[in-house]
Amino acid sequence: MSLLRMSWQAALALILMIVALFNLPLVDQPVGLDAPATAMTTTFLAWLILMAAIGVDALPRPAITRAAALFVLTHLATYLLMTEIADGDGLDRLSFFLMIAASWLIAWRCVTLLSGIEVRTPFASALLRLLIPAIFGAWIVILWEAATRGAGIPFIILPPPSAIGVRIAGSVAILWADVQQTILKAVVFGYVVGCASGFVIAILADRISFLRRGLMPIGNLMSALPIVGVAPIMVMWFGFDWQSKAAVVIVMTFFPMLVNTVAGLSASGAMERDLMRSYASGYWQTLAKLRLPAAMPFIFNALKINSTLALIGAIVAEFFGTPIVGMGFRISTEIGRMNVDMVWAEIAVAALAGSVFYGIVALAERLTTFWHPSNRQG
Amino acid sequence: MQKESLVRHRILPVMAIVLIIVLAWYAGAYFMNAPFQRDLDRRANVTSTPVEFLQKTMAQPKPVVPAPHQVMQNLFENTVMRSLTSNRSLVYHGWVTLSSTMVGFAAGTLLGMLIAIGIVHVKTLDRSLMPWIIASQMVPILAVAPMVIVVLGAINITGLIPKAFISTYLSFFPVAVGMVKGLRSPELIQLDLMRTYNATAAQTFWKLRLPASIPYLFTSMKVAIAASLVGAIVGELPTGAVAGLGSKLLAGSYYSQTIDMWAALIAGSILAALLVALVGIIERIVEKSRGGRPA
Repeated sequence: MSLLRMSWQAALALILMIVALFNLPLVDQPVGLDAPATAMTTTFLAWLILMAAIGVDALPRPAITRAAALFVLTHLATYLLMTEIADGDGLDRLSFFLMIAASWLIAWRCVTLLSGIEVRTPFASALLRLLIPAIFGAWIVILWEAATRGAGIPFIILPPPSAIGVRIAGSVAILWADVQQTILKAVVFGYVVGCASGFVIAILADRISFLRRGLMPIGNLMSALPIVGVAPIMVMWFGFDWQSKAAVVIVMTFFPMLVNTVAGLSASGAMERDLMRSYASGYWQTLAKLRLPAAMPFIFNALKINSTLALIGAIVAEFFGTPIVGMGFRISTEIGRMNVDMVWAEIAVAALAGSVFYGIVALAERLTTFWHPSNRQG
Repeated sequence: MQKESLVRHRILPVMAIVLIIVLAWYAGAYFMNAPFQRDLDRRANVTSTPVEFLQKTMAQPKPVVPAPHQVMQNLFENTVMRSLTSNRSLVYHGWVTLSSTMVGFAAGTLLGMLIAIGIVHVKTLDRSLMPWIIASQMVPILAVAPMVIVVLGAINITGLIPKAFISTYLSFFPVAVGMVKGLRSPELIQLDLMRTYNATAAQTFWKLRLPASIPYLFTSMKVAIAASLVGAIVGELPTGAVAGLGSKLLAGSYYSQTIDMWAALIAGSILAALLVALVGIIERIVEKSRGGRPA
């Protein structure tokens, strides 16, 4: 009976586990290095836990209980499996990957159960919205670790996440200096100046219709162009320090801001504008009270696009010449020295910085344009 | 309402702005090149009239800012005058860049569409994948392009594929996001109609969702193809790529061949404009064949 209630993920996991049973042990132990008995115990423990998870999934319990049980069991089993490979680089056999695949399938089942849950409180729904992608992300890292360490992929091609983590922890000072040089100086300055000037020119273009008609086609064209290519020119003009990087960021962020703000300024409806006119409000009053608030979603769109562009522009510009600090400098020199883990550490820091940057802009958007339909809850 | 005249309201303002930009460019070229020229004159003990001096600032072999006509001349020489297979021909370099752009764009568009179809039809994917797609663009891939190239080079994948990979990474995102929006754009009432017809999910997809998503697809493809080109150019920057507009930029930067550099940049911009226009033309043809009317 219970077999009928089985999900396809659990069924597939069951098959994989049975196949794995015939391919034991998990790891080819180098002779005399490790006690095989403990390894076998851990293996069977992981195997039993996964089996229990498959069993729990078939029980007639509410989805939330099963999901919670699956979550705990599968990650416990995965943890045990990962300890197996801690010292056995590239020595893992088929059965190890079968077991990992089985736990992944069960984690998938868990996520499926979680996405099916209907929650009522906003807190629980926010928690779910965070938890589901978090499990997905964690599994990317787990599979990455298992693939690199288990299959013995050369360190140069793809270092395991644990090595990258160790490298980040070991070189916080260097990374922080790079962040200061690239982000706190070049990106922030360029971003603020680029966005502000784009905004001011957009207001001007809105005031003077001739300017708008002339500037908009050019602005639209420029947004599609490979502007990052001006980086070598800017380095030639403004020197190697952060000023040239800020200049690249200014050029890159200017046009998206211009185009989006002009589009946003025409977003308010004719009715609202007529209302403002019937109040006898002037150009600036209408701008401040009606048209700028209406343009806010567009402006924030540009701010979000620019947050990524700014980071890219600053880092790419550093490839063309820098003082001996900075994220782009570090990436290009460490790759030359084949220190791939340091490069990945910089990538992780850049991704983190980009996400924080984006998050701040998104938070500001929530706070200022809470009235907009796309931000309303329920 | 006064009818919009094409010349007065479209072409004239654009022309005026272009003219201002060109004039500003000339002025910039003069002021940026003047100090070096003054230096040269002093060393050679030449005193030149202002007009002669102006002409000299516009004719330096390695100026800080090349004058527009110098760039245009270089562009013309390296596209029309040279044989297409020559190492100095911009058409040749442009073709190298274009080929990896197109491969990356095709792969990225396909990937983006597949992801969008998965997201729209599988709820688990919608909840778990979507945040990571957005997060994936937080990784400044352009900035780590050199590493991708080197790493793929280490396992003997060189030439077109690594550059195309970067283009793919950049172009799948706008397509995926736009396509999800497009596939969800049919209204509830239309989906209900499909249900009353007892249509399967596949039928609903082919007859309702896909046609509804076409305008969104083309809008995002325009963004994606421009991003692909940027990806291909930046992919050519590191590790001594031998051909392509990006390598031309880098070589120009190393040897201070500013005119070459500007010409390569302008060539890239022309290529970008042509590619976006091409997608626009295909969009119009597809719209017409589906019975759409021009807006």
